[in-house]
Amino acid sequence: MKEREMQPSWLETAAGRLRRNRVLLAAAAASLLAVDLFLGGRGIAAMLAVAFVLAVAVLLPEREGEGKPNATGRNGTEQAGALSAVDLAAVVQDPLYIFDRTGAVLHANEAATLAFGPIAPGGSLQLKFRAPEIHAFIGHVLEGKEAPPAIDYIERVPFERAYRVAAMPIGGEGGLYVLLFRDQSEARRIDRMRTDFIANASHELRTPLASIAGFIETLRGPARNDAKARDNFLQIMQKQTARMARLIDDLLSLSRLEAKPYVRPTERVDLGRLLREVSDSLSHLATETGVAIKLDLPEAPLEVTGNRDELVQVFANLLENACKYGSSGGRVTLQARREKPGAETAVTVTDFGPGIPQEHIPRITERFYRVDVETSRAQKGTGLGLAIVKHILTRHGARLSIRSKVGEGSSFTVYFPPG
Amino acid sequence: MPGQNIRRSFDQELRSLANQIGAMGGHAERMVEQAVGALVSGDTELARIVIENDAFLDLKEREIGENAVAIIAKRQPMAGDLREIVGAIRISSDLERVGDLAKNIAKRVAAIAEVRQPTQLFRGISALSDLALAQLKEVLDAYASRLPDKISFVRDRDEDIDAMYTSLFRELLTYMMEDPRNITACTHLVFCAKNIERVGDHATNIAETVYHIITGATLPAERPKEDMSHRVTAPGSVQKGG
Ligand SMILES: Nc1ncnc2c1ncn2[C@@H]1O[C@H](COP(=O)(O)OP(=O)(O)O)[C@@H](O)[C@H]1O
Ligand SMILES: [Mg+2]
Repeated sequence: MKEREMQPSWLETAAGRLRRNRVLLAAAAASLLAVDLFLGGRGIAAMLAVAFVLAVAVLLPEREGEGKPNATGRNGTEQAGALSAVDLAAVVQDPLYIFDRTGAVLHANEAATLAFGPIAPGGSLQLKFRAPEIHAFIGHVLEGKEAPPAIDYIERVPFERAYRVAAMPIGGEGGLYVLLFRDQSEARRIDRMRTDFIANASHELRTPLASIAGFIETLRGPARNDAKARDNFLQIMQKQTARMARLIDDLLSLSRLEAKPYVRPTERVDLGRLLREVSDSLSHLATETGVAIKLDLPEAPLEVTGNRDELVQVFANLLENACKYGSSGGRVTLQARREKPGAETAVTVTDFGPGIPQEHIPRITERFYRVDVETSRAQKGTGLGLAIVKHILTRHGARLSIRSKVGEGSSFTVYFPPG
Repeated sequence: MPGQNIRRSFDQELRSLANQIGAMGGHAERMVEQAVGALVSGDTELARIVIENDAFLDLKEREIGENAVAIIAKRQPMAGDLREIVGAIRISSDLERVGDLAKNIAKRVAAIAEVRQPTQLFRGISALSDLALAQLKEVLDAYASRLPDKISFVRDRDEDIDAMYTSLFRELLTYMMEDPRNITACTHLVFCAKNIERVGDHATNIAETVYHIITGATLPAERPKEDMSHRVTAPGSVQKGG
């Protein structure tokens, strides 16, 4: 009740004016359209606005022609045909504020309240949006100074969101303005991922390169005449170059996957045969790490729609991880089954190794993410295996489910859609 | 009606005061963010900018004080209006202090950047500053929304910040003991952490002022403290979502 007391009376006047003023409507719609274009609006939004203005233009005279039976006029209650800027704001999907010449907020649409939380009616817009750029931007608009048509606004806490913001006067002499936000967070996130990726990739390449350079220096200097050291060093260098070659292969693999336009694979692939082949190709690694691979595959063909080479890559990666990171369990199982015809097909790779702590599970399919960098390096890992797996499965419309318990092992299950 | 006109231009003066607080708040938040950013990335140039920017807050604080006094003299406001104006003065002085703290962090950047530190040292500092910034944002947003129930959470946040500061302090001590070469940098980092924690204290002050402005009452006394010994605030516990 306190708040109501403090709410100045001019505000009610203004709000009433906002509610009643029909002339404002067309201008407001036009401004929104303009603002939308400033924000690099997608044609659809702009077209909607145009359609809206047209619809209103058609509706208005008609309704007025009906006479004024329910026009209650001065009290500010609903007037026939009086669609207002507030109604208009409500249909806008992006956060939008209407404010006056003194910077007082007269109206915030629902999207705005959802995105930025509540603001007191009549409250200061520059108090709510106070980051230096946007504060200055609003200030320029209020003072009628030259301002850029739109600016970027980033909120960092509690989580990062990025917006493109535009402001416009509405209704000519009305002394009212609109501030419109367009969410750019997704675009920014993708951009950020890309730059992170390049930074990570060069870091990954630089590490083995630096070590090779170091060994070469030692070989030419202090170890020049030491045959034993030389052999040792050359072996390490060979391992490092192998790792780099692998990394480049994985990177190319990923970029090929990304470059390909999105087409669902159409080949029919027999999973039973494919999995036996994958298992055979890794028997060498299994012996090396001391695990026994147990196959649990149906006798009858188990067909799914997919790309053969890509699916080989998927299961080779999963089985390889199981043999490498789960070697302490001594065995790995590879199981494929379909409960009944027309059901999903599930392929599960299970190991009985150390498992993956819960907090890492959502992240291990990220590029270059490793639970333990040293172990991965020691295993000639690139940190890209599961990223490739996830990418391929997405193209197949399949999903990956990871279950793990620390101390007991992990299982990675791929579900193929029926058909 | 002349009475209405007077009220109206008075409201405008109050709003312009709020706009100025907004400018100060946005600036102070940015300074903390940039100071910690400069610290983490060893960016001495950014640190220099932060130090320079502090002058703006000093200037604004003085301006708000002068404006507030002028309004009081001219309007002789009562009760709610007076609370509003005096509150603005208090908030501006808290924000000015936040700027000083950010400046102090920025001044340490060069010393820490000299010896390149492992990034894990900074992870805790970043998380701590995220907490303090979230708190400051919440409080200033509550001021803009005038909803007092948004303010009571501030105390919980303050406890989170204290818990995190304590754990960070321990972590930094461990690094110092592990390797004496870490001592100089870690000492600076302890001071930085302390500064961030104090940003949180100022946010709490502002919360109390805002609560008083809106309701005319003082923020209800703290609930009895539970035993906090089992409580751990992980650096990643800042709410993420969207
Ligand atoms: N079966 C598993 N058991 C334990 N950890 C695993 C397992 N599979 C994957 N991981 C963890 O996930 C990380 C990412 O795997 P991946 O993308 O294949 O990269 P890489 O094997 O090259 O390191 C690995 O570094 C490892 O920490
Ligand atoms: Mg792998």
